[in-house]
Amino acid sequence: MTVLDVVPDRDAKTLTLTAEYDAPVERVWQLWADPRLLERWWGPPTYPAKVSEHDLRPGGTVVYVMTGPEGDEAKGFWRVTAVDPPHSLAFDDLFGVPDAPAADLPVTRAVVTLTPTGSGTRMVMVSSFPTSEALDQLVEMGMLEGLRQAVGQIDALLTA
Amino acid sequence: MDRPRSICNHPVVGTEQQVRTDRVFSALGDATRRDILRRTATGGHSVSSLARHYAMSLAAVQKHVAVLERAELVTKHRRGREQLVTAEVAAVRDARRQLEDLEALWRGRLDRFSEVLAELPPGPTRTPDPTRPLDPTPPLRKAKEQLR
Repeated sequence: MTVLDVVPDRDAKTLTLTAEYDAPVERVWQLWADPRLLERWWGPPTYPAKVSEHDLRPGGTVVYVMTGPEGDEAKGFWRVTAVDPPHSLAFDDLFGVPDAPAADLPVTRAVVTLTPTGSGTRMVMVSSFPTSEALDQLVEMGMLEGLRQAVGQIDALLTA
Repeated sequence: MDRPRSICNHPVVGTEQQVRTDRVFSALGDATRRDILRRTATGGHSVSSLARHYAMSLAAVQKHVAVLERAELVTKHRRGREQLVTAEVAAVRDARRQLEDLEALWRGRLDRFSEVLAELPPGPTRTPDPTRPLDPTPPLRKAKEQLR
């Protein structure tokens, strides 16, 4: 069961997602390190992802395409900046293809950290917000409320 | 046909839309501009009347209004000799939706992540070869090793 927590940091303009899994670090890492497993969760069911390139080394790229119900494609790729299997991974998340990244689009930076807990793994994913102070806005407008409520509902289910 | 919202707003699907979104978020990322939006959400205000609320020059307030206008978060209408600034409430709501979609995208990913993890066959973890599809663990060899 995933326990989800979302913590915005206004100064750092980051959004931190925390999830806990009842599985060892090595197994959780596989979902990032194995392209066949990655593509099973990266794209939404209506836009399944297909990973065509997967080089999890600093400077390496992970290239994917998500295909929609009408055959429309959304291409994206990661530029891996740091990797320490099976503990951490940092990458820039871009749109377009490596030879022609989508211009003028924000680069989202992601840092994933896996740490063992008593019963499994805690996965922390720090996602830097696109370009501006969008995060500030998110906090101000109470946009995290929906997610907090969802977290509360999960907690209620777990303790019922 | 309708696409899921989270994908509608996927930057690849609409580059122009994303550039606009960026502009919107940049515009919203300033306390004065957010305050201008709050004040003009319920009705039009002239720039000079807005400027009275802030410890800055009229020109500075004008600049803030221009940023909001470029992001299509406010519109200006002439009333007599004055230009009234009015917030485009729908646009602000759109921005909010975009952020909610971003959250939904990640929530979906984390949900699927749990599912994939739960379905992962038990056994030792493998180091995958990125160039090849995932091979199942050779069960025969494993069984033989266990018999030894």
